[in-house]
Amino acid sequence: MMAAPGSLLWFARHELRLAWRDWLAMMTGGQRVRLFGFLFGGLAVYALLHLIAAVIIAPAAANGIAPDKPTLAMVTGIGLLFFSVMLSQALEAITRVYYTRSDLDLILSSPASTRTLFAVRTGAVALSTALLSALLASPIINMLALFAGPHWLWAYLVLPAFSALAVAIAMALTMGLFRLVGPKRTRLIAQILAAIVGAGFVIGIQAVAILSFDTYSRFALFSSPDLIATLPAADHWLWLPARAVMGDAISAVPVIATFLGALALAMLFFSPSYGRLAVAAASVGQSNRHRAKTGTHFTGRSQAQALRHKEWRLLQRDPWLLSQTLMQMLYLLPPALLLWVNYGEGAGAFIVIVPVLVMAAGQLAGGLAWLALSGEDAYDLVATAPIPAASILRAKVEAVLVVVAAVLAPLLALLALNSWAMAVATGICAILSAASATAIQVWFRIPMRRAMFRRRQVASRAATISEAFASITWAGTGALLSVGSWVAGLTAIIALVVLGIARSLSPHRS
Amino acid sequence: MPVPALAITNLAKSFDRPVVHGLDLTVAAGEFYALLGPNGAGKTTILRMVAGLLAPDAGTIEIFGTDVRKDPVAAKRLLAWVSDEPMVYDRLTPLEYLDFVAGLWQVDPIQARDTANDLLDLLGLKPHANELCGGFSKGMLQKVALAGALIHDPRLIILDEPLTGLDAGSARQVKDVLLEKVRQGVTIIMTTHILEVAERMAQRIGVIAGGRLVAEGTLTELRARTGRESTLEEIFLELVEPGPAAT
Repeated sequence: MMAAPGSLLWFARHELRLAWRDWLAMMTGGQRVRLFGFLFGGLAVYALLHLIAAVIIAPAAANGIAPDKPTLAMVTGIGLLFFSVMLSQALEAITRVYYTRSDLDLILSSPASTRTLFAVRTGAVALSTALLSALLASPIINMLALFAGPHWLWAYLVLPAFSALAVAIAMALTMGLFRLVGPKRTRLIAQILAAIVGAGFVIGIQAVAILSFDTYSRFALFSSPDLIATLPAADHWLWLPARAVMGDAISAVPVIATFLGALALAMLFFSPSYGRLAVAAASVGQSNRHRAKTGTHFTGRSQAQALRHKEWRLLQRDPWLLSQTLMQMLYLLPPALLLWVNYGEGAGAFIVIVPVLVMAAGQLAGGLAWLALSGEDAYDLVATAPIPAASILRAKVEAVLVVVAAVLAPLLALLALNSWAMAVATGICAILSAASATAIQVWFRIPMRRAMFRRRQVASRAATISEAFASITWAGTGALLSVGSWVAGLTAIIALVVLGIARSLSPHRS
Repeated sequence: MPVPALAITNLAKSFDRPVVHGLDLTVAAGEFYALLGPNGAGKTTILRMVAGLLAPDAGTIEIFGTDVRKDPVAAKRLLAWVSDEPMVYDRLTPLEYLDFVAGLWQVDPIQARDTANDLLDLLGLKPHANELCGGFSKGMLQKVALAGALIHDPRLIILDEPLTGLDAGSARQVKDVLLEKVRQGVTIIMTTHILEVAERMAQRIGVIAGGRLVAEGTLTELRARTGRESTLEEIFLELVEPGPAAT
């Protein structure tokens, strides 16, 4: 049966068709054979994750998992970690519902109901958030169901409810921002907020763990006897979500009903203003006449200086990158805190921060290198300038590495005050990690609009995967080198092999 | 014999199919040359090869006697390229953008500052000189890109559809600036779909179809070729469309 044009079902079918084609194009790049490769590769990774989950869960579930207070605290803690990621993702997606133009101008100029469109689009956000979190949590849930009982499968019903709550909260936050700061600033602040929510909770509890328990493990807080003693009894309503996840149907039903109800209420409450706010968001681009805070002095830089200066200026003014960089900086806070807390007490505790710093160097360099190399909005201008291509590349790489060095240098200096050897090992591996990520971006560079930063991973999965593997292997090398293990040589060789494979797969091998 | 601004010999380029076949084209110094052709005729491909943005499969391109492939840096010093999609950074102001372009072409900073201010004034962008380009209209962006092309005083300016999307006032400003540059001895090669612009501004017109130069000359020469007092539109349609000419 055909849905009536403009109806909820009709819009849902339209959105689903677009989402499906978008996903298919993203995964296949126009070649169906890639889809099979992706599916087989994905299944292999998925199976591996199940194996890892089984190794961790099987011993813990050997004697059964009782819903006692420590277990409920641990499940709640892990659930909150998951929820913070869900909320971050939902916040970003809801902002896009208001700000992404694409077909919005067409629909807003039609007599179709904006309330219906809002319901479909926010529903799609809730669904995609639920699917993604279910996919991520499924190895753990499946192994818990296998080793601790099938009642854990209830988690699959509870997860969509959590995602509905996350979307409802994201809607309320976005609306709050519209009221507080107006449509001009809402998107930027929401992006930053999403980054903080996504990383903030994880980092916050890690910071508490470092300060209170002198450990880097974020789970230390959840299993702390002191904390558990202060928490309410196991039959308290506070534990309802945790009980619901663990398969207690009596707890699950009210949790699911409440969270889904929250989403329905949010949709009902916020949908009438959607059309008005989407129009206000659309006019932001038109009235976006920001004045630069600094004057222009025509100082007569060299060509390389002009390129580097331009890169830094654009990085500094890019709100999306600001939130991404903020995220990277947030991840560096726990190691900084650990360094500060343990200052002067020997190098033993620092071994955990070496891989974090090395990873951060690689990830930061990868993101910045993409912006400088692929995200060159005036590609033709730079390409027609009288500079050899190699010099352009060198200047841009320098611009990236200087930023990475500026971020890492203070932490390395702090580390050097405690252990010279460890600082040197970290520095070397951070340089190698940043250089590897940059080299991969050089080899896989494809001119794209800077605004496509969010989707840069899609441009080349080989680049994304090899960048991640290179960062991980250099992080491992750094950690092993810091403790003087010969295995560092082995992980370094693996990193070089990863780079070799990336280079052989890349379109630019210069 | 004076060195031509642009000399293309036997140029060829294929993608999935041949796009440019054995093209020979010469544009004299100080000339305003319009390159016309239907969509997909290969105009942009030819100009991108001239600007060094695409490598030809065969043939040579010389800009004031400098081979683009053998000495690209020297050739680029003489050239400015303006595409139909303005190459401007959202998060730079027009002045900052011009400062950047001046840096790339190594223009003396004092001269660059003065030229930048003059150009922004000439193109009606002075009040927006310190606003980020992100909020500009397509016409304003196109004018910023044109200012960028002119700040390093190029001897050859290549423009791909520079008037697309401009309002009448902006189009007039751009046309005036280009004509003034030609008066100063600069060579301009421009593609356009607005035949009236080519008719009024260009000294010579080249018509490209299927990757080949099918006709070339002044408007009078092209008229003589058709043997009647036709408009450029009629001549163009007769040259590029198979069958009887549209009237």
